[in-house]
Amino acid sequence: MSFISRGFKGRGRREGAAGRLPPGQYLEHGFPVLSAGPTPHTPLDRWDFTMVGQVDQVRRWTWDEFLALPAETITRDIHCVTKWSKLDSTWTGVSVDTLLDGVETSADYVLAFCDGGYTTNLPLEDVTGGKAWIAYAYEGQPLAPAHGGPARLLVPHLYFWKSAKWVRGLELLAADQPGFWESLGYHNRGDPWREQRYWGDE
Amino acid sequence: MGAVPSRLSWRVATVRAVQPETQRVLSLVLDVPGWDGHQPGQHIDVRLTAADGYQAQRSYSISSAPEDPAITITVERLDDGEVSPYLADVLRPGDGLELRGPIGGWFTWTTQDGGPLLLVAGGSGLAPLMAMLRHRAARRSTVPVRLLYSSRGFDDIIYRAELDRLVSHDPDLAVVHTLTRSQPPGWTGYARRIDGAMLAAVAWAPEARPLAMVCGPTPMVEAVADALVALGHDPGRIRTERFGPTGG
Repeated sequence: MSFISRGFKGRGRREGAAGRLPPGQYLEHGFPVLSAGPTPHTPLDRWDFTMVGQVDQVRRWTWDEFLALPAETITRDIHCVTKWSKLDSTWTGVSVDTLLDGVETSADYVLAFCDGGYTTNLPLEDVTGGKAWIAYAYEGQPLAPAHGGPARLLVPHLYFWKSAKWVRGLELLAADQPGFWESLGYHNRGDPWREQRYWGDE
Repeated sequence: MGAVPSRLSWRVATVRAVQPETQRVLSLVLDVPGWDGHQPGQHIDVRLTAADGYQAQRSYSISSAPEDPAITITVERLDDGEVSPYLADVLRPGDGLELRGPIGGWFTWTTQDGGPLLLVAGGSGLAPLMAMLRHRAARRSTVPVRLLYSSRGFDDIIYRAELDRLVSHDPDLAVVHTLTRSQPPGWTGYARRIDGAMLAAVAWAPEARPLAMVCGPTPMVEAVADALVALGHDPGRIRTERFGPTGG
């Protein structure tokens, strides 16, 4: 029998998110901002997105080239490790599958790198097969800098720190390499449905 | 990096004391069995469980120093929150409270990290920075520290007496208040939101390479971090933690 908090009744369940809230999460209607440092402001004429590391050749897109790629608009629930979840958020961006199309690689992992120096690591299979995007619009509007604009990685099936803000590229790697939060106590994979928040969870 | 991952297990702490700080903010002093210590700036997760098994979790910064015998969290009561009203209104000394931690390895500072140290806080965002000030005092450190602290009004300043006491006998510590909504008669301090001019006056010059730790509501943190960068401070020396309007 687990501990019961004397006098706690709880009211979150009345909000009826019916099976869409992972364990320990609560429903959030706003869009909180979380980041470890100042918000970078890279001018679009100096922005590019690159695919580097274990690739047959480096791929690079300028902002205009990136916008010309086939885009998808998707609606997903997102889950932050700080406990809030937001349902039905709508994003527009380029599928990582599209960016990897034609890339020859033997890599099993990726490390996303960003303006400001942030990194996050993922197994390649977590960003392929229609599971990850480079998003540049949120709810039909250009993505605000505080939320990761001009573009952020979007991997909605994992905790949101994996959806790296201000992303500038992916490095394809043969061996896994912990990113920023993954080196500072947060779980290496971060599956919200298994509540993989911190080192040693599960 | 290099540490062996060990599970942060849930423990049942005992509430030793409930201390009002201001009308909307309180501190909970907790005895935590088997607590292994923390770094100033880290937080804990609190988990409430109802009789029918329903659970709610939130994160709270530790405001006590690692040198203190018990851990203290400082909580702002949010009227529409789910967890903070319970902590503020229901919890009494002797009650159990389930928690795990410490969590977070980035927004931390110990005396070994040196300085100069610029602390910028808004409202209850002072909590993790207070852990740093208390730690520094416990170690009798002379690392130069400046705290710029924004509150709505005079009575909203948390730890006011303790800050006054710390400053009174420490030439290496400066505390500068700004009151954004109301000021008492005779107030001669700042009376506006933190901006670039205020930071230029209070912070060290960028050449001194201060480490800046900024914690508060998101708009304030965004404004302060942007202003510090605009003043020429190295973005890599600015660390932020945000207390959103959410969090309950």
